[in-house]
Amino acid sequence: MMNKNLVRQFEKIAGAGNVMGEEADRHAYAYDSAVLDSVVPALVVRPDTIEQLGRIVALCNENGTPLTVRGSGTNLSGGTIPTGTDAVVVVTNGLARILEINPQDLYAVVEPGVITAQFAAAAAEQGLFYPPDPGSQAVSTLGGNVAENAGGLRGLKYGVTKDYVMGMEFFDVNGEIVKSGSRTVKCATGFNLSDLMVGSEGLLGVFARIILKLIPPPKASRAMTAVFASVEQASEAVAAIIADRIVPCTLEFLDNFTIRTVEDFRHAGLPVDAEALLLIEVDGHPAEVSEDAEKIQEICRKNGAVQVRAAKNEAEKELIWQARRDALPALARLKPTTVLEDATVPRSRIPDMVKKIKEIGRIYNLDIGTFGHAGDGNLHPTILTDRRDHKEFARVEKAIDDIFDAALAMGGTLSGEHGIGLAKRKYMEKETSKGTILYSRKLKQTFDPKNILNPGKMIGD
Amino acid sequence: MADIGKLVRLLKELEEDLASCTRCGMCQAVCPLYGQTGRETDVARGKLVLVENLSREILDDPQAVKKRLDRCLLCGSCAAACPGGVPVLEVFLKARAVITGYLGLSPVKRAIFRGFLSNPDRLDNLLKWMGRLQGPFTRSANKILGTSCARFMSPVIGDRHFMPIAAAAWHTKASRGFSGPRQDGRIRVVFYPGCLADKILPRLADAAMEVFAFHDVDVFVADKAPCCGIPALSSGDVKTFSTLVKKNLNIWQPLDFDYLVTPCATCTSTIVKLWPAMEDYLWDKSRKTKEQVRKIAAKTMDISAFFVDILGVEALPDAGPETVTYHDPCHLKKSLGVEKQPRSLLGAAGTCRLIEMKNADQCCGMGGSFNLEHYELSEKIGAKKRDAILATGADTIATGCPACMLQITDLLSHAKSRVTVQHPIEIYARSLREKQKEKPK
Repeated sequence: MMNKNLVRQFEKIAGAGNVMGEEADRHAYAYDSAVLDSVVPALVVRPDTIEQLGRIVALCNENGTPLTVRGSGTNLSGGTIPTGTDAVVVVTNGLARILEINPQDLYAVVEPGVITAQFAAAAAEQGLFYPPDPGSQAVSTLGGNVAENAGGLRGLKYGVTKDYVMGMEFFDVNGEIVKSGSRTVKCATGFNLSDLMVGSEGLLGVFARIILKLIPPPKASRAMTAVFASVEQASEAVAAIIADRIVPCTLEFLDNFTIRTVEDFRHAGLPVDAEALLLIEVDGHPAEVSEDAEKIQEICRKNGAVQVRAAKNEAEKELIWQARRDALPALARLKPTTVLEDATVPRSRIPDMVKKIKEIGRIYNLDIGTFGHAGDGNLHPTILTDRRDHKEFARVEKAIDDIFDAALAMGGTLSGEHGIGLAKRKYMEKETSKGTILYSRKLKQTFDPKNILNPGKMIGD
Repeated sequence: MADIGKLVRLLKELEEDLASCTRCGMCQAVCPLYGQTGRETDVARGKLVLVENLSREILDDPQAVKKRLDRCLLCGSCAAACPGGVPVLEVFLKARAVITGYLGLSPVKRAIFRGFLSNPDRLDNLLKWMGRLQGPFTRSANKILGTSCARFMSPVIGDRHFMPIAAAAWHTKASRGFSGPRQDGRIRVVFYPGCLADKILPRLADAAMEVFAFHDVDVFVADKAPCCGIPALSSGDVKTFSTLVKKNLNIWQPLDFDYLVTPCATCTSTIVKLWPAMEDYLWDKSRKTKEQVRKIAAKTMDISAFFVDILGVEALPDAGPETVTYHDPCHLKKSLGVEKQPRSLLGAAGTCRLIEMKNADQCCGMGGSFNLEHYELSEKIGAKKRDAILATGADTIATGCPACMLQITDLLSHAKSRVTVQHPIEIYARSLREKQKEKPK
């Protein structure tokens, strides 16, 4: 609970109806989607306007009150869990206006609380395409996507959130507006601060408005599936597709455990004996699409695919992607707790990584389903457990340590798209260096001398 | 029960279901209330956390949890979209029951539920008198829709445009036994009108009877129509709920019938889904009672689903000159997966062309007592539905739930709309009537 005087000041800025101080309300902002302990904040503020947002940041700084910005609270690394019980959670879903979609200049300006899928739909209505499609896109906010540098299924061909941020305005800790980037494709004005803000996990500033790049949508697409008797063959097929200079927009992988679980869930006729299933989609000009689709099917067969099928119509295509969308829900139903990781390796190391994850599952006696983005090496080993079983959960934590060690040993990275937050901060130095941590901390100290912006996350204190 | 230890113990029984929420937050995408307020305590994830924290004694304010738990339409959109399959509605209803058991019912609810709802005769009498007396206090609001509004400022009615109460409950005139002993091949149906059709929209129950007669279904209508219990259950009053389940079972149990058919989405989903889900909260926990409840649940069907799935009524190739749009009641589509059948029934009428509205399955904002307690929010949620309906330009909006019909009627009446609100069975019944007329005798 926060002292009444300060609460009143927040109420003055945002209106009493937008300030939540009652215990039951604060309990509902103590968690996100990460499997971590809850921390109940001192106060929750949900501003209606960007101007209020700036004043809230300034007030926090004046009082040395820690501040965690939260969009929809779907973070998978604990980035939106308040740091301490003295913290203020600032909810941005009231700042959800799409300020401009410009079809001539192919950009949009948005407030941070706009929902990703709603934005993509609004862009599509104007005949434009916003490709980043994180798994939580139906609820995630664009501000959160930028703060975490969210990815998605289309990463291989279209890149991730950072590739679509042209510029932004953000508040520094004093509530001053900082501008970086532009509505133009080229911009060499000043430090490239907006790139620094992408993936900064709420540690360096608070987003006010974001300028996002839009592109023309592909004119055609084709989806197909390929079934393999071994992960190695599937991986070789992936490598061969890329080596043939074809970049599918989506290239997804399901391991045997995931295939069996999805089939139990949906009964769509998936090959339960297969060791690997690839779900592939190509898009672009109709002629290129049909040529690439043919080639991919041929490559898959050459690399030992037992069965290759292309969707003949929209309904069949929908069925293919339904299987991928079912992966997480189906796995999540097996056990109460689902630990979804996003360790990423160079794509050629996928077979080694899948083998390693299997081995780790065996060593610690855990159920792990692995699926993910085969095209960019971003795997989602998903550990199924019950957090209430403390003994098993201790083994889960060890398994996670081993998974990260393995990914790093293969030249990979801790996080493809979920961010570091609280969950992975202890591994940061392993991937980077002591100097990196110190340098990052100095950077934060310069921008945020009182250490109020999401303190403790990513680089520790 | 004023023992917090017992409260915690009873909530702990929900532990498995509570633990299955992975906090993914996907419920935010579909919750109509959260769509309006953006508050985490309004969406399933937040509410589940509050119940869990109460059960783990991390939070010790049952009143505060109840207040937030009660802000819910019980539309089930979250449960239908939940990746982890958390039985959200069941958890909410059980938690409401446990917390209400601890805190006690409010005096007003106690008077209504225990005094009237659990005594169907007394309720019929009350409504009969209200039906007679409503005239001087109300005036017509929209002639096409047949709505009224309060003549004077009224704290209960507020700004609502409502359908007047029927002069007499429908079942008092319509009750009838089966035609005789069971005949080969003739389907025997117990028709349960549900309170809203029985007391406010009797034209709908009449339409249902016409269609039963046309298809030669042998129909039983009881001379008593106890409520299915949902208003009491959603207020956490399991005692009244249990009494009502028992009263209904006592009527139906001795009968030999194939299906229990209702024109009300909410009654159907309550009997099919919630009666069995709440079997541990009934008056007796014997296996026999549970089996009876399950058997009734298995025989219960929505009226459109009955005619389409059981009697094979099919959409006609040609549609008539009129246009109709269809709203999916949450308790039909999300609870029971009934979405095609009402559309087929509309097609079977052959009198109107279906124009789909945008987001046909988005909640209308009624939510039963939610509308009574949070009218402003209910109206805001409903505004989207109203706009979607009007955007189709259809002559009629059809929906398979009398509660949705009342809400939509209120919304359209305020908008001074000329769109009529009907149940699919009414449209189908009218087409049969017209075809009969055309036939040379």
